[in-house]
Amino acid sequence: MPHATAVTIAEKLRLPAARPLPSAAALLRRAQRLVRTHAFRLAGLYFAVFVLSVLGVLFFVYWTSADFVERQTETTLDAEISGLAEQYAQRGLSGLVQIVAARSAGDRGDGMLYLVATAEGRPLAGNITGWPVGASASAGSLSFQIEVPGKRGEESHPARAKLFVIPDGYRLLVGRDIVEEVNRTAERVIAGNLSDRVPRLGTADEFDQLAANLNSMLDQIERLMAGMREVTDNVAHDLKTPLARLRARLELALLAPGNTAAQIEAIRAAIGEADRMLATFNALLSIAEAEAGAGSEAAERLDLGELAAAVAELYEPVAEEKGFAMRLNCAPGVLIRGDRHLLPQALANLLDNALKYGASPAGGSEITVAVLREGGRAVLEVGDRGPGIPERDREAVFDRFVRLEPSRSTPGNGLGLSLVRAVAHRHHATVALADNRPGLRVRLEFPEWTAAAE
Amino acid sequence: MKLLVIEDDRETAAYLVKGLSESGYTVDHSGDGREGLFLATSGSYDAIVLDRMLPGMDGLAILGALRAAQIRTPALILSALGSVDDRVKGLRSGGDDYLVKPFAFSELLARIEALLRRGTQAPAETRLRVADLELDLLTRTVKRGDKIIELLPREFQLLEYLMRNAGHVVTRTMLLENVWDYHFDPQTNVIDVHVSRLRQKIDKQFEHPLLHTVRGAGYCLRAGA
Ligand SMILES: Nc1ncnc2c1ncn2[C@@H]1O[C@H](COP(=O)(O)OP(=O)(O)OP(=O)(O)O)[C@@H](O)[C@H]1O
Ligand SMILES: [Mg+2]
Repeated sequence: MPHATAVTIAEKLRLPAARPLPSAAALLRRAQRLVRTHAFRLAGLYFAVFVLSVLGVLFFVYWTSADFVERQTETTLDAEISGLAEQYAQRGLSGLVQIVAARSAGDRGDGMLYLVATAEGRPLAGNITGWPVGASASAGSLSFQIEVPGKRGEESHPARAKLFVIPDGYRLLVGRDIVEEVNRTAERVIAGNLSDRVPRLGTADEFDQLAANLNSMLDQIERLMAGMREVTDNVAHDLKTPLARLRARLELALLAPGNTAAQIEAIRAAIGEADRMLATFNALLSIAEAEAGAGSEAAERLDLGELAAAVAELYEPVAEEKGFAMRLNCAPGVLIRGDRHLLPQALANLLDNALKYGASPAGGSEITVAVLREGGRAVLEVGDRGPGIPERDREAVFDRFVRLEPSRSTPGNGLGLSLVRAVAHRHHATVALADNRPGLRVRLEFPEWTAAAE
Repeated sequence: MKLLVIEDDRETAAYLVKGLSESGYTVDHSGDGREGLFLATSGSYDAIVLDRMLPGMDGLAILGALRAAQIRTPALILSALGSVDDRVKGLRSGGDDYLVKPFAFSELLARIEALLRRGTQAPAETRLRVADLELDLLTRTVKRGDKIIELLPREFQLLEYLMRNAGHVVTRTMLLENVWDYHFDPQTNVIDVHVSRLRQKIDKQFEHPLLHTVRGAGYCLRAGA
């Protein structure tokens, strides 16, 4: 293993070597001169050597990594290198320097590291300020430390990279910031992509070990989730089949000739009871599923305002009939990533609550539905003018089967808000209850959809 | 009309066969996935009702196999699984409709009838007509007799669906799924209020009502009582 030493990021410009970085224009001129004098003649041969070494590594990687996931991420690094090799073949060293400079220009959010250096290790372009000290000068994989600006000043992050020797001794390094990589994997897993894994380089050092442990933990979580889903499905099937039989028998009994009016009434009541039981059961299953995050692949880009307006439209006639004014205030173009079927269900639960509990004792009942953008968040609010929920109960009402004292006389199971919370979590949204002065205001805050996040 | 029922639970199957036969259908039954698939490919059925979880072969797999073999017989999936994801999966894998167990028999009947009608409808129709009520899909106007009736966009869609299924019962869930594209139980009687608003507009000032409530089942748009 090459010895690991600290080097800094280009933006920070703390050079390990004494010489300052030459200006981009000077670099380019020098590179162009180089291209004219040497590269043109031998470009074809150089390219062949470069591509062969890339192919060789690809082949090696393919055979040595047992795990498919590893293979895939390896391929990302290698694909990056192949892409750069192609640039080199077409546009020579200046082309390579240009493209590496361009890729290093943006913020390092993706954790990719680049460096093109001379044979002596002097950087020509890249987002690492200098050649990692102690790194071997020959092709292969290496691990080292880099310094990056973090929350508390400079942080030292482990990094690893692949190194290629370009003809004439120029060296290309393409690598990754491991911490950044782990963070990004974690983000993707949290976002519902349970099968994502931390890429491994097969270097068998402590970081690779850490990645391996993280990955087996994720494997375990994924298995548990799959198991949970299966249990839910089986419970649904096994409990619903007898209920289905019961309901079917009641319906057949209803059709039998010679029933008295009283019998018909009793059977109807029993069917109603079975249906209520079933509704509760279905609500519990929906909550469990939303919590398990199953089916998050159903997420798509949605216009939150349009979605809210459509659900409000469904409830508007009922609201009017019950003496509520429905006010809609939806900003256009507020986009989120979400489930087109689950979100309306959550909003419907909130409107249902507003209709059940939100009548104003003073008259002038109204329900407001608002969608707005605030500080990079997409906000959905539902407000009413009823008695509201006292602060001490605002946590508890989200739990299953919790109903507050004054509501006991209205029908319900205490499951509506539980589903709202489960759906919110599934969308990485927060739910909060607030005083609407007077009334209740429920506020959901989603991460706003951005093109960059796709 | 000939129906195939693929359902492994003996009691549910007996109930289905009995109910459907009494409603005038010829019914074949299979309690096993593989046999069901065999029957579905060989017999000529007008519609198939199949359970999602079956021994031998999963209901969705049967549908996949049928559709792959270019057999387009309309199919209704019955399932104990009721989540939105499950429905979407069921409909994507070739099902034409999805009904969660347990269900009211009237709901099943209404849906089977709608499935059977779907195949026979002339798709190019631009004007729907029930008695003196006329809906023009191109100009998006509605007239009863010579009186123009103003409808909101959603009311127009609602009326269109009712007119396409004129003479047959449509349930509240069918309306919610087909007119609003929502697949959850809204608890409150939201649909009823929409229907009664529509009724105000199309029936109120006319002698013969067209939009009828069918007790315990849903609604039916038809001429005459
Ligand atoms: N808008 C509101 N104003 C006042 N209290 C409310 C409001 N919304 C909910 N609550 C209180 O929170 C409790 C829990 O609400 P939740 O929606 O979870 O269940 P529910 O409405 O009682 O039953 P379900 O939604 O299952 O039919 C309610 O019983 C009620 O006491
Ligand atoms: Mg509720």
